[in-house]
Amino acid sequence: MAIKSFGLLIDVTRCIGCGACSENCKEINDLPPEIDDKLTAETWTVVREKSDGLHVRDLCRHCVEPACVASCLVAALTKTEHGPVVYDKSVCIGCRYCMVACPFQVPCFEWHSPNPRIRKCILCEPRVLEGKSTGCAEACPTEATVFGERETLVEMARARIKADPDRYHNHIYGLDEVGGTAVMFLSPVPFEDLDFNTDLVNYPLSDITWKILRQVPTIVAVGGVFLGASYWLFKRRDEVKKADQAVESGPEKEADDV
Amino acid sequence: MFRSAVKLVTPWRAIMAAFLATGAVLVFFRFTRGLGSVTNLSDQTPWGMWVGFDILAGIGLAAGGFVMAAAVYVFNLKRYRPIVRMAILTALLGYIIFIVGLILEVGRPWNMWRVITNPNIHSPLYEVSLCVMAYTLVLILEFSQVFFEKFGWDRLMAVFHRLSVMLVILGALISTLHQSTLGTLFTIAPSKMYPLWYSPLLPVHFFLSCIAAGLGMVCFESFLSERFLKHPPRMDLLSRIARFMAVMLVVYFIFRIGDLAVRGVLGLAFTAGFAALLFWLENLLFAIFPIIMVFSRGLNIGRKALFVVSFSVVLGFIMHRFNVAITSFHLVEDAGYFPSWKEFVVTACLISAGFIAAGLAVRFLPVHGEETVKSKD
Ligand code: SF4
Ligand code: SF4
Ligand code: SF4
Repeated sequence: MAIKSFGLLIDVTRCIGCGACSENCKEINDLPPEIDDKLTAETWTVVREKSDGLHVRDLCRHCVEPACVASCLVAALTKTEHGPVVYDKSVCIGCRYCMVACPFQVPCFEWHSPNPRIRKCILCEPRVLEGKSTGCAEACPTEATVFGERETLVEMARARIKADPDRYHNHIYGLDEVGGTAVMFLSPVPFEDLDFNTDLVNYPLSDITWKILRQVPTIVAVGGVFLGASYWLFKRRDEVKKADQAVESGPEKEADDV
Repeated sequence: MFRSAVKLVTPWRAIMAAFLATGAVLVFFRFTRGLGSVTNLSDQTPWGMWVGFDILAGIGLAAGGFVMAAAVYVFNLKRYRPIVRMAILTALLGYIIFIVGLILEVGRPWNMWRVITNPNIHSPLYEVSLCVMAYTLVLILEFSQVFFEKFGWDRLMAVFHRLSVMLVILGALISTLHQSTLGTLFTIAPSKMYPLWYSPLLPVHFFLSCIAAGLGMVCFESFLSERFLKHPPRMDLLSRIARFMAVMLVVYFIFRIGDLAVRGVLGLAFTAGFAALLFWLENLLFAIFPIIMVFSRGLNIGRKALFVVSFSVVLGFIMHRFNVAITSFHLVEDAGYFPSWKEFVVTACLISAGFIAAGLAVRFLPVHGEETVKSKD
């Protein structure tokens, strides 16, 4: 495909926990300046301190085949061809199924608004369309967050691990998890030590639901034939022994419909 | 009839009125200050009691409507005709309550029509909403015969008779999809749910369990209608229904345990802890106890026993849906959710409204009894 699909590479070994990414995200996306300690409707990325003094960002991973997109019944969430997973409030019904479906617990809801929206990192879609980097990558002083084409980032991550195998745990988180994500991580320690979920399947979660939904026409066809045939069969049988039936079904006279 | 026996103000009515008034206030807050002002939901617990009870459990318990309709019209089990209307009424009210509940539950209900213009066929929830719309329509049509009869519109009644089997088959198909797809909803979250409740076969679990639960509800409401409306239950029919329910429970229970065993997580049910406790409590109420009771007593099962059994099934079923929708998520990552009293009150309101509507329908429409047969007393 000619269209470039972008993403982020976040290198935990380089992150100093300054929080510049969170601050710039706030500014660029017109969010109130207070930074919450977890993802909320108004904080789209946070930096958390883990043991060993490591710092890890949390944000939407912009999955290649996102569960949130598959789950949204009105397609309010969409995966754009440039990488960002974006949201359209004009069609969203606020069912919050996307929140249930997202394996990374990313989408947040405006719980105290009478006109609530789903809010989350949008990979700075407007900027990406202008050919610019994301706000968080731009603000990062140590290049712990790098913006680029996903394919290029994967190469970069592989090269880093290869060049310095002692520095890195040999895994790119997001390469295959839930079918791959546009935001990927490198870490000096195994990812479970950073409280990442390491039990995720390596195929898109929507494969599971689609496998089931695909059966719908079959179920309708088989069920329809079964019920139709049963109706015909039982009616025939009934005609044969109608007399018995009338006695058995009580004192009321039989209605001769159906 | 019973009209004369009913006083204007009874304790039950007073309680219901109080609930409804409080509920109205809460609904006002919900629409002016957001869902967070009445619920304990959070970004970590996006779905709570309203989804678990009003939607999952409510829809499941309404399954009696399509099962009884199919039994009478498709499988020609005519003896159940006296209760089929009541079952359809329950289903219809269940769905109406569900739709009202949905309007309260979703954040942006004014966009609900978008389901028609912006369909995403890859979403299980899209299928659920299509089925809700279609089945509610079918139920309205099925129930309309009662109005035709009440007002003596014979021509319409005749049209209805010609279409009834088609309608019932359609309703059964939609229900099958609908009930199972409610289970499909949760299959997308394998990493977030405790393995005793997660299964890629959740749609099958949901379908099998709703049949038993729907029948349990048919029995249960017969007793309620005796208690509140002085309408004697047809024990001869109910005991047979209970027997079929028990058979379905056996099928469900074998499937449930087998599924866990095949996926190699049955051991969790025998690991001491809260999860195993919940699992066994749920299955004791929903399956084990009712199965034993019904099969040991056979068709001679008494009123009291059947009442207890049907109550147990309904309770166990609600527990299963809660465990799938809420508890299983918390067993993986505890987000500290417990429904607020306001969530309870709104739920109680919806149920009260359902009872009031059912009571009115039974009083003024020929719901008990059969087509073409006038109300007996
Ligand atoms: S991380 Fe969650 S919200 Fe972001 S794209 Fe993936 S599924 Fe959607
Ligand atoms: S809350 Fe909105 S964006 Fe999320 S699944 Fe529902 S309709 Fe889609
Ligand atoms: S990509 Fe943009 S929206 Fe997302 S965290 Fe970075 S700055 Fe915020």
